[in-house]
Amino acid sequence: MGGFALFHLPTIGQLRRSATPGQFALALAIFIFLILFLVIPVGTVIYVAFTERGTGSFTLVNFQDFFSNDLFMRSLWNSIWVSAMTVVWASVIALPLAYLTTRFEFRGAVLIQTLGFLPLVMPPFVGAVALQMLFGRNGTFNLLLDDTFGFKIPFMEGLSGVVFVQALHYFPFILVNLSTSLRNIDRSMEEAAQNLGCSGFRLFRRVVFPLAMPGFVAGASLVFVKVFDDLATPLLLNVKEMLAPQAYLRVTSIGIADPMGYVISVMLIVGSVLVVWLSAQALKGKDYATVQRGGGGLSKRKLKPLEGLMAYSVVVFLLALVLMPHFGLLLMSFATVWSFSPLPDAFTLSHYGRVFDDSWVYVKNTLIYASMAAGIDVVIGTAIAYLMLRTKLIGRHWLDWLATAALAIPGVVIGIGYLRTFYDISLPGGAPLASFWMIIVLALAIRRLPYALRACVAALQQVSVSLEEAAENMGATKARTVRRIVVPLMAGGILAGFVTSFSTAAVELSATLMLVQANADAPLAYGIYVFMQSAAGRGAGAALGVVAVVFVGLCAFITHLIVERSQRSKGFES
Amino acid sequence: MTQSLAVASREDAKLATADVTIHKVNVSYGSNHVLKDVDLQIRAGEFFAFLGPSGCGKTTLLRLIAGFNVATSGEVRIGGKDVSDLPPWKRDVGMVFQSYALWPHMTVAENVAFGLEERRMPRAEINTRVATALGMVGLSHLAARRPSQLSGGQQQRVAVARTIAIHPKVLLLDEPLSNLDAQMRVQVRRELRDLQQRLGITTIFVTHDQEEANTICDRIAVMKDGVVQQVGAPMDVYEHPVNLFVASFLGTANIIEGKVVQDGGRRVFEMGGALRLPVPEGAVLPPGARLVFRPQHASLAAPDSASPALKGVVKHREFLGATVRYEVEVGTSSVVVDAPFQTGASLYSAGDAVGLTLPLSSIHWLAD
Repeated sequence: MGGFALFHLPTIGQLRRSATPGQFALALAIFIFLILFLVIPVGTVIYVAFTERGTGSFTLVNFQDFFSNDLFMRSLWNSIWVSAMTVVWASVIALPLAYLTTRFEFRGAVLIQTLGFLPLVMPPFVGAVALQMLFGRNGTFNLLLDDTFGFKIPFMEGLSGVVFVQALHYFPFILVNLSTSLRNIDRSMEEAAQNLGCSGFRLFRRVVFPLAMPGFVAGASLVFVKVFDDLATPLLLNVKEMLAPQAYLRVTSIGIADPMGYVISVMLIVGSVLVVWLSAQALKGKDYATVQRGGGGLSKRKLKPLEGLMAYSVVVFLLALVLMPHFGLLLMSFATVWSFSPLPDAFTLSHYGRVFDDSWVYVKNTLIYASMAAGIDVVIGTAIAYLMLRTKLIGRHWLDWLATAALAIPGVVIGIGYLRTFYDISLPGGAPLASFWMIIVLALAIRRLPYALRACVAALQQVSVSLEEAAENMGATKARTVRRIVVPLMAGGILAGFVTSFSTAAVELSATLMLVQANADAPLAYGIYVFMQSAAGRGAGAALGVVAVVFVGLCAFITHLIVERSQRSKGFES
Repeated sequence: MTQSLAVASREDAKLATADVTIHKVNVSYGSNHVLKDVDLQIRAGEFFAFLGPSGCGKTTLLRLIAGFNVATSGEVRIGGKDVSDLPPWKRDVGMVFQSYALWPHMTVAENVAFGLEERRMPRAEINTRVATALGMVGLSHLAARRPSQLSGGQQQRVAVARTIAIHPKVLLLDEPLSNLDAQMRVQVRRELRDLQQRLGITTIFVTHDQEEANTICDRIAVMKDGVVQQVGAPMDVYEHPVNLFVASFLGTANIIEGKVVQDGGRRVFEMGGALRLPVPEGAVLPPGARLVFRPQHASLAAPDSASPALKGVVKHREFLGATVRYEVEVGTSSVVVDAPFQTGASLYSAGDAVGLTLPLSSIHWLAD
């Protein structure tokens, strides 16, 4: 009965009315942009990995080489091991923080949730050097330990060092997602279990944690992918036997013609995609948000005095640990000489002088690159959001999928892909296109597009369709309606997307490390990286790092204020 | 000075308005047939209502006139001109949305000026028209406010002002009273009626509330399942419903099942419980007809009084203030009878046997 109406194909007339020529053109332009700067570079990487050098015919030889090479296999397992262990340790930090702040009347819960974000406004590799100074073999902590007890703990040795740094850096992803999930559990879930005789740890294990699981899985998979892709942290800790550093070293030392760099890139893509896919499978059909309208989250209870003492000790200890990279960085930026001593010998402001003197070009470049990339992102993000939510244009979801796919593409792969694809194209002056600074902007834009897109989609979903219909009814065309109604109402969300893109692009290095061809074109993260490689440059690098942290933090804060105010003046409840 | 006064008074005068013709319109989404062969003529200057339960297609029909929905077949003519292919922004029909759809980032005055700006009017004229429109709805003093600072009733008036400012050919109102409290609703519907009378604009009003439709509309179209059941003045439709749906949707109706049998050359309506009622000479009965009458048209009497039409037993009695409502078991059916309440009047109690009198003129014979 009625089964034949499953497929309702639109007629020409409906197609014509569902999207204007302008909308078609817009969709086409975005599609071409994504093809040029995402699909072709990544496709080139995959193509090179699967073809014979010189002849261009299909081959699996490169992969045979990869799997029979001890170094590469070791790197593969090391990358998986480091990523997995980072997830474990990041969970160890995030779980108590999330649980304590959402389940109990906890003073300073907001502070904890905010401080949790701090690591994100700094590239992880910057913290790596600072942690080296504090927890390294001859760092503050081990020197004191050796003096008092006569032994040292190898926090920062080899792979453990990478895990230590990454766990401290990326735990906020788990914290935020888990906290959101916990807050979305209605107290009736808990009360129903208590009513049936379940309480205490059994209640947590059988009801609360399973309901919060989706948030945990989402956060954990994000951490895994981020660590799996990270290039600069292992390099700065002098750990070379991991996949991303190997890809980088192959391409920079042997050259862009060597196929192994591409094979490793493909392995990086496969790893990322696999993890994203697995977590998507695990989350399928598990939208556990159970909060009823007007109801609010788990019931919070007061801590008993002894519990309170324990809880606050745990939180203070974890927060101190989390702030160590920042603390170390600040110390380094003011230190004259800091070597084989718990604290620096003396303090100076000269590093900052140097930053504002000859390193200012990095700050300037970052400002230009990150704001251009974020600008491109919000324009494309707004356009895709509009096409997706407000038109019936065929293939509109492809734009969304394609733009979001960038999430699963490691930065190194984008870097290598751009280098290979745009090296043979010459600029009018004869220099290869790949060396043009605009390429760095495009790489950043592609990398951050998924975040801006999500922000724009969320913003547009908040705008009621009837507001647009009212404008059309009053005589405004589709294009005028977008300009006068849609964009102004989305402004807060667009700004939020801009800042997310901007602040993460400002500290990005994985993709850009390979694309920076001249020091004059280098962004902040690159400058810090160069400084940090030598002991003499560490002070200046740290000062630059502090500048970056303050800068990005300030931008995020100001935007937050602007968004709040504009939302309130528009009568949106936030 | 005198000139601007003259302009203002002319503004207040009747607008050039248009009739709306809906001709054989069908709308379907896949296998879901939302509107079926809808044919309606709405006269210029008329206040017309699409009335029906939710899901009857009334809002779809309104949005079709505004250009937000597309007809699968058929055409919509405004002022004699087929607008089926015109986009919403070229139709010159003003719509007041159920949610009001005021733009939160603009002030009241900016909201009202929007449509005029889109028409590229000179600023001076825009200002005059905005002032006039806001004056008409009594909100001149709130021009600089944001919509979020207004009450629901005020927001509704801004939405109306925004719409009439563009001098539309037709005014569309999509359940404009549904977001107001009961008291505001009565006041606003009078204001809407006054405004419509002053402007003389063709107005189409969508509602599921028969009281709203009856009180302010010249004519109503009762709709069900995408089909127009009946069109007419509210009183006519109430007094002469064409089928059971219309009879029971507009007010309360007693519906009694039965069949027509011949008894010595006369037609008799035979109901459950072996009750019989002679069918009046000349009455036209559709196939499957049922006996329909309104609660206030029947009256109760002692069971032995002269020539009661039917006999029954009182089951419940409810005191409603102006009336007393009885539920009476008649054969196997249960009917409702309203008697006006007067001080000292004798009342029947549950269990009393009563006779039921029905004036022949108030009986309907209706089918589905």
